[in-house]
Amino acid sequence: MAKRDYSMLGPDARRAVETGLAAAEWYHTDVPRKEMKALMQRSDGPAIRDTIILFGAMILFAGVGIALWPSWWSAPFWLAYGVLFGSAMDSRWHECGHGTAFKTRHYNDWMYQIASFCMIRNPVTWRWSHTRHHTDTIIVGRDPEIVFMRPPELARIFANFFGIFDTINGVRRMLLNAAGKIHPEEATWIPETEQPKVIRVARIWLAVYLAVIGLALWMGSILPLMVIGLPRLYGAWHHVLTGLMQHGGLAENVIDHRLNSRTVYLNPISRFIYWNMNYHVEHHMFPMVPYHRLPDLHAAIKHDLPAPNRSFLDAYREMWPAIKRQLLNEDYFLKRELPPTAKPYREDFHVEALGQPAE
Amino acid sequence: MAQWIDACSTDDIEEEDLIRFDHAGRTFAIYHSPDGDFFCTDGLCTHEHVHLEDGLVMEYEIECPKHNATFDYRTGEAMRAPACVNLNTYKTKVEGGRVWIEV
Repeated sequence: MAKRDYSMLGPDARRAVETGLAAAEWYHTDVPRKEMKALMQRSDGPAIRDTIILFGAMILFAGVGIALWPSWWSAPFWLAYGVLFGSAMDSRWHECGHGTAFKTRHYNDWMYQIASFCMIRNPVTWRWSHTRHHTDTIIVGRDPEIVFMRPPELARIFANFFGIFDTINGVRRMLLNAAGKIHPEEATWIPETEQPKVIRVARIWLAVYLAVIGLALWMGSILPLMVIGLPRLYGAWHHVLTGLMQHGGLAENVIDHRLNSRTVYLNPISRFIYWNMNYHVEHHMFPMVPYHRLPDLHAAIKHDLPAPNRSFLDAYREMWPAIKRQLLNEDYFLKRELPPTAKPYREDFHVEALGQPAE
Repeated sequence: MAQWIDACSTDDIEEEDLIRFDHAGRTFAIYHSPDGDFFCTDGLCTHEHVHLEDGLVMEYEIECPKHNATFDYRTGEAMRAPACVNLNTYKTKVEGGRVWIEV
């Protein structure tokens, strides 16, 4: 059984480069250029509509929460506000980081900055880490955003339903960066010319958090932290619930997103919070397509993809047994069936990486 | 020494679109701008060398299909991360319905 090293500086990272897994050419479903051009077209309308709904709902829920504070009657409003702050902002960070949510670049950039702050993800660092995630998706030692490492650290993953480790890491990195330092792993994917920006943003954020903490101390109440800071903890559960499905239990070290990513049909509220990233195979295969066109892209290429999971429950029913088996056997993974209409997996590309697939 | 190469017909590229053109072991991207002009850059994104042929042309910018890096294809200027290095650009001319590039 092979032991994995997920560090960006370890032997698996070196091996990925040596074997050509890093920065490889990935499989893409054939889509006629005219159709793909239409799918890639940008528009401000859907994201402006969704952003008005998002901020309107956040103001409403936080306003009622503040008005009812400290009564327990405020709790449901905080829970709703928290999901929008600690989970919807994850998908806004993601889509605006790609620059596809809005047509107008400044709108993407503004939303990206706000969402990065809410998620305590340095906007410069995480732009580059996500770039690497798309270059080397679930390649061990190359992808810094692998959640389900093998064997899975279940306690850490469960704790992150309350944002605990993500928040601790985010705050630690913010303090490190504010002190003028870049973590050695970050330095492997952030160009030197961008590193001063990491430090500048961290210092601004630290000043904001100190002001919020100062206000809380002055008021003798945690209420300011209920609005800024704590929702990263109490509202994180939805983005973790959806995020775990993206790649959980699937293959590592392959260059076909059909083998390492999962598409799941979800209810409209979760799709609003998640901004359609449940179409995850499609997103990885064609990251230029905006979130509001992903259902159309799915319809165009589903003949070439494994059947999507039908719901949260269906996805977790598939994933959970595989995760449990990976506790004992790190090489175990799910290899999903392709429909007869699909181009087959390139076994010759993947046989070494895949080893023995699940039955 | 630079020379003019017959690259394609003007009808080969829709407005606000691009095509790939390979010549002498090099690869280029040729663009048809919204106002009818033609431009040429290196074909590979300066970030991770993905070909721009599947990218999206929006007015005077080309967006890389892999990481959404953006360049002004008239000047080659990198407009959006993760691209930090400009694209090389090449002169073009149109003669007899053909697009020529100077390489």
